[in-house]
Amino acid sequence: MKSNTLILHTAALFIMPLQLMFSVFLLFRGHDEPGGGFIGGLVAASAFVLYAFAFGSEPTRRILRVAPRDLLAAGLLFAIASTVPAFLAGQPMLTAHWWEVPLPGGNYLKLSTPLIFDIGVYAAVLGTIMTFVINLMESDE
Amino acid sequence: MLLAVLSGFLLALVAPALHRVTGRYIGWTLAILPASLTAYFASLIPAVQASGSLVIEYAWMPGLGINLNFLVDGLSLVFALLISGIGTFILIYAGAYLAGHQYLARFFVIMLSFMASMLGLVLSDNLVSLFVFWELTSITSYMLIGFNHEDMEARKCALQGLFVTAGGGLVLMAGLILLAIMGGSYSLAEILSSDLALQDHAFYTGAVICILAGCFTKSAQVPFHFWLPNAMAAPTPVSAFLHSATMVKAGIYLMARLNPSLGEGALWSQALMVFGAATMFTGAYLAFSSTGIKKVLAYSTIMALGTLTMLIGVGTELALTAFVCFLVAHSLYKGALFMIAGALDHETGTKDISRMGGLRKTMPVTAAIACLAALSLAGLPPVFGFIAKELLLESLLDAPFWSIGLTTAAVAAAVLIVGVAGLVAIKPFFGKVANTPKAPHEAPFGMLIGPAVLSVIALIFGLAPFLPEGALLQSAVGSVFGTPVETYLALWHGVNVPLVLSIGSLVLGLSLLSGWHRLQPALYAINTYAARFGPEAGYFHFMEGITIVAAWQTRILQNGVLGLYLLLLVAVTFGLTGYTLLTHHGIHLTLDLTDSHFYEWGIALLLVAAATFASSTHSRLGSVASMGVLGFGVALTFILFSAPDLGITQLLVETLTVILLVLVLFRLPEFVNLSSPFERFRDLAVAIFAGVVMTLLILAALDVQYFESISSYYIENSGTLGHGRNIVNVILVDFRALDTLGEIFVLSLAALGVLSMIKLRAEDQYKS
Repeated sequence: MKSNTLILHTAALFIMPLQLMFSVFLLFRGHDEPGGGFIGGLVAASAFVLYAFAFGSEPTRRILRVAPRDLLAAGLLFAIASTVPAFLAGQPMLTAHWWEVPLPGGNYLKLSTPLIFDIGVYAAVLGTIMTFVINLMESDE
Repeated sequence: MLLAVLSGFLLALVAPALHRVTGRYIGWTLAILPASLTAYFASLIPAVQASGSLVIEYAWMPGLGINLNFLVDGLSLVFALLISGIGTFILIYAGAYLAGHQYLARFFVIMLSFMASMLGLVLSDNLVSLFVFWELTSITSYMLIGFNHEDMEARKCALQGLFVTAGGGLVLMAGLILLAIMGGSYSLAEILSSDLALQDHAFYTGAVICILAGCFTKSAQVPFHFWLPNAMAAPTPVSAFLHSATMVKAGIYLMARLNPSLGEGALWSQALMVFGAATMFTGAYLAFSSTGIKKVLAYSTIMALGTLTMLIGVGTELALTAFVCFLVAHSLYKGALFMIAGALDHETGTKDISRMGGLRKTMPVTAAIACLAALSLAGLPPVFGFIAKELLLESLLDAPFWSIGLTTAAVAAAVLIVGVAGLVAIKPFFGKVANTPKAPHEAPFGMLIGPAVLSVIALIFGLAPFLPEGALLQSAVGSVFGTPVETYLALWHGVNVPLVLSIGSLVLGLSLLSGWHRLQPALYAINTYAARFGPEAGYFHFMEGITIVAAWQTRILQNGVLGLYLLLLVAVTFGLTGYTLLTHHGIHLTLDLTDSHFYEWGIALLLVAAATFASSTHSRLGSVASMGVLGFGVALTFILFSAPDLGITQLLVETLTVILLVLVLFRLPEFVNLSSPFERFRDLAVAIFAGVVMTLLILAALDVQYFESISSYYIENSGTLGHGRNIVNVILVDFRALDTLGEIFVLSLAALGVLSMIKLRAEDQYKS
């Protein structure tokens, strides 16, 4: 399935990067403002879905670079990996760990296991939806 | 300790990379790990001698009472040493046996994972983690039996082993939970040290039956013994390690472990004695009547497992001493004999004993090792197997009840086992030189060092039994018995009844051996006939039965009409919920509409209109679109009542759902009305019922508060504990991250399910 309208093609090329940036923005601000891994993943997925509608499934696979189901697996691995620091410290599973990395200019970068976990959620959600969409589109062809 | 258990898994991760670097020395390289583990476990011996047992704790999920605690005492240390010690030689052996095999790296990955699971199993203190490791051994064993996955037979045998052991595992889980309820703790150390009289508890019978079902399936007791010989489809290093020395002993381990707590009841000891003795005799008989060298050894393993079970059942101090000695002796000689069998198979190209003969000239070292190991199997001096067998007979003569019956069974089994020992040590190596498919020559060094060392250890233990006794065996007997004991092991006990029985069984066994060729056709006929009624036939009937029931219920419940699935799901869920609501709460309608705004009414009307249109329209696209409207309406509601995260999520999900539905829509046939008016009214009734129940439920939820709301806790603590101002997100990724973890796993499984559905359908079309 692939559409041949010039408007959709051009719009997709402009909107998709914006959507992707927005999704990452949502992911990182999620801890303090509305957003988070789940919402971010959904926005990223809609970006790729838009792209798939405009250009078809094969170019979408190329632009994703990894197979959707590998994305799924990577998401789960990230989520599991976020349990490791607590495990090493002998704490209950999924106890949060926080690190503040000083940046030049007196700011701090907040890194944490919940963030790693959220990245995992992001990838898993994106992987799930792209698995659905790409395979459904391809079963057509 | 944590590292000791998990190092196997870690090494398994890097094994393929290591294989690329080390090439043909992969076996030797990997063996460094179990060798150092052996040294580590040996270094724990003084501590265990001093304090009896050590508990090492790691919190894991303390909220659920699940911790990764390790219990180290005599019994678990004996097992850990056997696993890591024999594992060392198995890895070296496997490197030689499977040299050049295309999946060698994969083999080592599974093998190391298995070893780590087995160590976890015998060292776990927590019943839940013990169970997890227990299941891991079943799964890794499945992959190892089916290692030659291109062979249909191997796949079938692997599946059979998995069904039997995993089925037993499920029952075992129920048993362990019952045990934890009875003992008031999931910690083995606490259950074992409590002075509760478990045999008087109402759950005792249920728990014992469930736990024994798990142990019997795992340890191949009659009537579940049939999977073990079939598991010989695995490569020989696997048979030598899993199906003789370690995994099948997991059930034995658990029985021995729980013996101090459960052993007081008559059910426990009687069940163990009856099933153990039956297994011992069946195993010995079947071993003697087989011709394949691996089958012979597999059946003799069944005999040994039966003996061990029986000894736990007898339960006297002497019997448990015999248990520990027999356990060690058996692991040593059986591991060695399996490796010898593999070497024979490797060098001659056949597994059939009747086609081997006179190999001592071409394979002198193998022959010498085989004879030494077989001495232990037959229970002859001066090796450790002799001590174990003398103790066995002595303890049976001393047994508190059924002494005569058990002794007779043991002597009969001993006669047959002497014959079996002859089959594996005398038959292939002595007598006339037979023509084998391959010209035989001596096995490589890597394949001989394992059996040689194990046999020599058995010899040393036989000549100087005080060495292992003082180090470990005594405290192991103590942990099975429940209180510390004094043991006395010696090679020579003077002329007594057990010795006379041993000599008698030796003579009878040798005469049986000399008639083996003449007996073989008759035995074969009996076994073929018996197989039609045996437990394995029962297994196949059972599997067929499952298929028939599955086909029947699929026809009834899952006939492909999606509407029916939905109808059943909705009717059952809301029927049960409605019932609970009515009986526990009743219906109180308190609806206060005074502070509602006109735009809220607007959204509500929009929702109702969209739902009505979606269910009455004949256009699919219209229906999908109005479902979208419905979803956006819900999202609006969320935003109105200040839940922006939910609102955004709902919006995005709605958008993507509509897109997905549109993608599927193209593939549906033309819209036709298939259901009768009656069916449509039935569906309508169920839908209205569900809606009413849901509405009542929400009203009830607003109405009553059974517990104090937890939201105030989240609001107060999300900033301080969770370092975040967005409470929803803090709950998702921190406070309740375990739930989210579960959810993303479910999500991924759903994605994989859809993927396989689409792919399978595509393949079907391709074929037709």
